[in-house]
Amino acid sequence: MKQYKLIHCTVNGKEREAMIDVRASLTDLLRNDFRLTSVKKGCEVGECGACNVLVNGECFNSCIYLAVWADGKEILTLEGLADPDGGISDIQQAFIDEAAVQCGFCTPGAIMSAVEILNEKRLLSDEEIRVRMSGHLCRCTGYENILRAVKKTMLKRLGLSSEAPEKQEG
Amino acid sequence: MYDIKALYEARSVEEAVSLLTEHPEAQIIAGGSDVLVQIREGKRAGAELVSIYGIDALRGVRLEEDGTIRIGSLTSFSHIEADTIIKEKIPVLGEAVGKVGGPQIRNIGTIGGNTCNGVTSADSASTLFAWDAIIEITGPEGVRRIPIQDFYIKAGKVDLKPGELQTGILIPKKSWEGYTGHYIKYAMREAMDIANLGCSVNVKLSEDKRTIEDARIAYGVAGPIPLRAVSAEETAKGRPVDKKTVDEFAAAVLNDIHPRDSWRAAKAFREHIAVVIAGRAFTQAVILGGGVLS
Amino acid sequence: MYAGKSVKRVDAYDKVTGRTRYTDDLCDRGAYVARILHSTIAHGKVLKIDTAEAEKVPGVVKILTCFDLKEKHYFATAGHPWSTDPAHQDVADRLILTEDVKFYGDDIAAVVAEDEVAAAQALRLIRVEYEEYPFVLDVQEAMKDGAPQLHEAYPNNILKHTQIRKGDYEQAIKEPGLIKVEGWYDTPTVQHCHIENFICYAEMTGDRIQIVSSTQIPHIVRRVVGQALGMDWGRIKVVKPYIGGGFGNKQDILYEPLCAWLSIQTGGHLVKLDVPREETFVSNRVRHAIRSHIISWVRPDGTYAARKLECFSDQGAYASHGHSICAKGAGAFPQLYPCDNVEVDAYTVFTNKPVAGAMRGYGIPQAMWAVEGHTEEVAAVLNEDPLEFRRKNLMKVGYTDGFSKNEMYADSFNQCLEKAMEAIDYKRKSEEYKNQTGDIRKGIGMAVFWYNTAVWPISLETSSCRMVLNPDGSFQVQVGETEIGQGADTAFAQMAADVVGVPIEKVHVMSCQDTDVTPFGTGAYASRQTYTAGFSIRQTGLLLKERILDYAHILTRMPVFNLDIIDGNIVRTTDGRVLMSLASLAEEAQYSLSESRHITAESTYQIKSNAYSFGCTIAEVEVDIPMCKVTLVDVVNCHDAGKLINPSLAEAQVHGGMSMGIGYGLSEKMIFDPKTGRTLNNNLLDYKLSTFMDHPDLKALFVENEEPTSAFGTKALGEPPACSVAPAIRNAVFHATGVAVKEAPMNPHNLFRAFSEAGLFDKEPGAGSKEDDDAAASSGKNQEVQ
Repeated sequence: MKQYKLIHCTVNGKEREAMIDVRASLTDLLRNDFRLTSVKKGCEVGECGACNVLVNGECFNSCIYLAVWADGKEILTLEGLADPDGGISDIQQAFIDEAAVQCGFCTPGAIMSAVEILNEKRLLSDEEIRVRMSGHLCRCTGYENILRAVKKTMLKRLGLSSEAPEKQEG
Repeated sequence: MYDIKALYEARSVEEAVSLLTEHPEAQIIAGGSDVLVQIREGKRAGAELVSIYGIDALRGVRLEEDGTIRIGSLTSFSHIEADTIIKEKIPVLGEAVGKVGGPQIRNIGTIGGNTCNGVTSADSASTLFAWDAIIEITGPEGVRRIPIQDFYIKAGKVDLKPGELQTGILIPKKSWEGYTGHYIKYAMREAMDIANLGCSVNVKLSEDKRTIEDARIAYGVAGPIPLRAVSAEETAKGRPVDKKTVDEFAAAVLNDIHPRDSWRAAKAFREHIAVVIAGRAFTQAVILGGGVLS
Repeated sequence: MYAGKSVKRVDAYDKVTGRTRYTDDLCDRGAYVARILHSTIAHGKVLKIDTAEAEKVPGVVKILTCFDLKEKHYFATAGHPWSTDPAHQDVADRLILTEDVKFYGDDIAAVVAEDEVAAAQALRLIRVEYEEYPFVLDVQEAMKDGAPQLHEAYPNNILKHTQIRKGDYEQAIKEPGLIKVEGWYDTPTVQHCHIENFICYAEMTGDRIQIVSSTQIPHIVRRVVGQALGMDWGRIKVVKPYIGGGFGNKQDILYEPLCAWLSIQTGGHLVKLDVPREETFVSNRVRHAIRSHIISWVRPDGTYAARKLECFSDQGAYASHGHSICAKGAGAFPQLYPCDNVEVDAYTVFTNKPVAGAMRGYGIPQAMWAVEGHTEEVAAVLNEDPLEFRRKNLMKVGYTDGFSKNEMYADSFNQCLEKAMEAIDYKRKSEEYKNQTGDIRKGIGMAVFWYNTAVWPISLETSSCRMVLNPDGSFQVQVGETEIGQGADTAFAQMAADVVGVPIEKVHVMSCQDTDVTPFGTGAYASRQTYTAGFSIRQTGLLLKERILDYAHILTRMPVFNLDIIDGNIVRTTDGRVLMSLASLAEEAQYSLSESRHITAESTYQIKSNAYSFGCTIAEVEVDIPMCKVTLVDVVNCHDAGKLINPSLAEAQVHGGMSMGIGYGLSEKMIFDPKTGRTLNNNLLDYKLSTFMDHPDLKALFVENEEPTSAFGTKALGEPPACSVAPAIRNAVFHATGVAVKEAPMNPHNLFRAFSEAGLFDKEPGAGSKEDDDAAASSGKNQEVQ
């Protein structure tokens, strides 16, 4: 017999409720119930990062996150970054400008990790950015332009020029 | 969609204990990064689960009055890594859990889950062994505390009786005060990997920094469960801080470890690396403690 | 002009906002879910499949086994253009489901269920009885007399053996004073690891079947589904939406025929076949592991007297792309370093392993691992500088291949090497890192490659293009070449805008392809998209322009030869005056009561040329000898891909290829259980493709010698970046340690063996260790289990 649970959560700024099968992953909930298809399935075991979303501001691979746990949480997916008129955020624009997008399948998850990093408003070294982005596998870009896009946006938000010297670690 | 027979969600430790007692077949799911993967693989398909992920009381690190560092079992790796008490008192634990998987895994993965699945490669486990950590278990009979070495029974099996769950990990003051440590994860890539070998060393130096007063070394993947290299520890104790001590300490680990051949790595290879990383982790721990190795 | 400018990707906005729809995003939620039952033996016959328990699982719709396949239409899976010459057709050795198991992971049955949980439960409950045969996993073992035989028609499992003979090798090696250098080189089985797994869905409308598939080759899929099902091709429609990467795996017919069949067997219901990652590794395609044996006879002056190559390509269980891969690599051998006396023997051999198909580089990465590794060793034996030795022996300007007619028009190798060396400070480092001692050593190494563009003259090269002028002066462009992530649509838009003479915003490339609508093209492979489509885009664009100017003549009374389209306007070239906008012309043309014309153009161009693409990699490493680890410190690729249509996207594509090359050189390898033939590391944790943290900054450089045979001066770039990275890293390790690693990848396991053999470890550990017998209980695969 199937077991259901009514959950309430905030998804991309809107309060939502859903009666969910307790067996569902957060990926299932977001893709199937809310049709937020930026949340991609690449491995379904937390190894590729394509399904990454923010839950209460932290990154999670939604494939290995039970949908019932979303109850009471704030969830942000890539769809939540653009404003209602289609205007996009600086990090999305940077992904376009730096040619950080190729097949686009890892892009939503990678951008969401960038959002988590950028929200901290801290200056990170290239090495630190690599660590923070390392939960995403990408086969198209060699990660190079993704790194550039994140770094450029970070520096811009911190009011530093992109030519600023890299922060040295202790 | 996971093949889960039933899911019970606990909001408190008491509720978890009663749910586990009520449903003796049920398995505990904390962050789920192992349990859900195994359900999908078919190994635990059709399982009944008691989710303890919602028990916020089990999250966080605090320093108790007697100087014991208490880590709630549901504290995520990323929260441990960022915690100021950990950074100040036992930074090596933060560094070790900072090597688990990738950032998203460190956000969902819990230190309790990492130790309760009983696997030898858990990045937190060897460091906790090296700190002589105490495991706190809560069950129908109340709370009990046991050394982490006793908690691990065999590969994949820990000392959790029916109705029990791990609620905390304690590191007594005498274990950490005056010690400095270093962890080396040996894996095939720099992120998103499991250890082929993990080595955590901590040392306590004499006041003049010339003598090794105490040394502790623990391994992951050097045996079916994490283990301490006791003869190596004995080799170093009371010895001068010098290169010879490092080499003899490192060589001695071969008396203690017993890695095996697997498709992930050959025994001879693991043994070779075990010696190399013992020496390097020991050296780094000594340097962090203010020792000078000529 | 847009060609040559870094315009933004036409699909970038959609991709950064999540609007892009990939196959799974398009599939209706009411679809049945299909899962495949794979064999759990490597070789044998299925005797019986008991589905009784599985049928009882609530939600199971139907279970179909190999015994339900009543009509057996064998089909070939390679995404090659069809050949009307039966001798040149790909080997048709696959069935939708098979009872003759040839590898661990073969497809023997399928479950159709209402949801994925029911399908998974049913799969676990199906019982299979096999008759087991001996199996063989090693390519040279498989060639021996008495080895297990996979296919009756291929004795000793040899799918194909080809030879190249030039001069007289046996005579040439008798020249006095020659130095013999010999080596064996091994490359691993690796997988494409596109982040979107293969997925397709199918349903019937009337008597037609529609398949939406994550494929590089929609038109070829239509043909093969027709062949596999014995169905008229016109009853089949294949749609290609956005694709999450392919790298060659999706240049094969994977499960489209099976999915279509399952839909037909369930009354035409919508059936989705979403292949899990674990099965993508095992039961899709992999890169051929190739073992090469090279013997060089060199004169003391550093010139080659005679050379010999034998290579053994591991095909796995079925023919797929077959010998084409090995043949391509083998063909590079006599061309890259020309020599008067050459013998090449190339074998492609069946083994009981996952099926090898196309993968980025198509045989050249394997060949370069061997050839460029060997080149370094020859230079070392002669005590020559590896750069100078290459310069002396590499193919020279004017070199022309007799078969492909490809010509080296410019001094591309020297130009690429110079540029790369300068970028990485090669000469200084090469000197500085000589004769190092100690545990941690640095090294720098190089490798070169060439690559053919497209498949002419081995196979057909053709491209079709359709342009339809809209009443607002914009136009739609359709080509048969497919966007799979590489940026093809953007390059097409740039080229089309230039040819017709309009702002790029007025060009709409139809990314989603539909075989009912899209003009015929063979798809994305062979680094051919921009080169090949360039011909039909230029030809069709000129045709469209001619028709527009014809109509402009009616409206303006000016002679066509004095008219042009510039920036979306009809311009009188004699005085540069704008006579009217293209928009008003288009509106009038469409709706004119006196002379209504629907201005369109469509044409096909058969390409009868090919082009050499060139490049090199220089890599700098730090080797931690006791730790058996290589850290890639710096790496640069320099390419001559002709004129770059979009430099920024070209650079990005080179990064991706370099990344794949880094994994190939340092970490990636599929591991097979010698006892069962099972793939042991079929997931993204145990299969080590490089992460964000395994790379230094990647540098991509170019020299742009316009390719004279090309419609836009461009030539291959898609695959080339993956070709020379691994051997360059290998040569850097050689430079640092003096150890010539023979087997890729140079992961710690292989380095431990290589360094041990070379005596790099002072003292060997091992004494005093105890046996561990109580290793037990497996647990989650996220954890190393003792």
